[in-house]
Amino acid sequence: MNHKSLISITDFSTEEILRVLEIAEDLEKNPDQHLLDGKVVATLFFEPSTRTRLSFESAINRMGGRVIGFSDPNNSSVSKGETLKDTIRIVSNYCDLIVMRHPLEGSSRYASEVATVPVINAGDGAHQHPTQTLLDMYSIKKTQGRLDNINIFMVGDLKYGRTVHSLVQAMSPFNPTFNFISHPKLRMPQEYLEFLDSKGVRYYEHETFTDILSAADIVYMTRVQRERFQDLMEYEKTKDLYILKNSMLENTKPTMKILHPLPRINEISQDVDPNPKAYYFEQACNGVYARQAVISYVLGLRK
Amino acid sequence: MDKKELKVSALKNGTVIDHIPAKDLFQVIKILNLEKVDNPITFGTNLDSKKYGKKAIVKVSDRYFEDSEINKIALIAPEANLNIIKNYEVVEKKSVELPDQIKGICKCMNPKCITNAEPMLTKFDVVSKVPPALKCYYCGKVTDQEHFVII
Repeated sequence: MNHKSLISITDFSTEEILRVLEIAEDLEKNPDQHLLDGKVVATLFFEPSTRTRLSFESAINRMGGRVIGFSDPNNSSVSKGETLKDTIRIVSNYCDLIVMRHPLEGSSRYASEVATVPVINAGDGAHQHPTQTLLDMYSIKKTQGRLDNINIFMVGDLKYGRTVHSLVQAMSPFNPTFNFISHPKLRMPQEYLEFLDSKGVRYYEHETFTDILSAADIVYMTRVQRERFQDLMEYEKTKDLYILKNSMLENTKPTMKILHPLPRINEISQDVDPNPKAYYFEQACNGVYARQAVISYVLGLRK
Repeated sequence: MDKKELKVSALKNGTVIDHIPAKDLFQVIKILNLEKVDNPITFGTNLDSKKYGKKAIVKVSDRYFEDSEINKIALIAPEANLNIIKNYEVVEKKSVELPDQIKGICKCMNPKCITNAEPMLTKFDVVSKVPPALKCYYCGKVTDQEHFVII
């Protein structure tokens, strides 16, 4: 098939990622571009994710496109036992692009094989969520003015968090330094550390927050989920170790920004919100520009 | 050796697959789809072997396998070897080697992988040949030898 899908962040070369970020910047500056006039985009959410769906639908609407789809599989033919293949083949007839989220891993890669239109993965289980990575990179570039030589601190659940894994991969060509702060049970998996070794990327692992937070350009917070711990006592003991409080930001760089893929529970204390270093709400806004850029790029409307 | 026994084991033309671990014979039969083959086939199992203790052997008359077909058995019988027989003579000896990619044959061990929910072929990149390890093309999870389930 000759169309371009975005299933994993590694489907895009570094040049393509940079191009998409440039398009996003242009779309933010010049919002009045009706690139999707007359186009129909299907948003197929086989599991609910209100935030991601609204972000995509906002991106589509801002470019003049129409949206069809479902936000809950219980209201679709999926609940009657239709295969994913059949659903995708049928929906391909009705639209120019499919945006899908599905609880099973690899589902969107399979969908891209059977679809006759491009597919954008909006999350397939614990596997990939590439537009999140692009909006994270867009936020880094926008706040730091560059992607090169950034010191990124990643905090919380580094074992299961797919957003941190993809970001580590996508940032590696830009000479970053990583500092990983997590409970030993939620460490960055060995395969990603080996990946960084193979690319010659510097990284340091810590079990608690340290004074070197002062060196951070980006602090990327993630949620530690209770269900990751078999021993709830251990969860209770450790959860407070990975909470970012406003008082900890005193000696940090003035340009430092705090990112979070959201939703946040308590890992960023509420007293951080008014601090200009808190960037997570603007980051969500950047998601709309990044998704506009990806949509127009895979459809060949922007090259 | 009496004449009757010789008749059963000698092959005029065809392929002898030797050094199959005895316990894996039926999986080899399944992978090569021998159930659907009309040619005369002889199986022997629980034969004494220096390598395995007990080995199995398969002889298929008038049939030569493509490498891509036969190499699939490397997944479970990496030390199997082939004797190509023409006119009662061994004209070629080959060992099996895992291909770089495998379609079908094995299940992905990830219960949350789409291949375990949809009626579709599995697809793997072979990330290690010895010991064999397969990375699912769809979900990215690696299935190791211990978790191979032949479809």
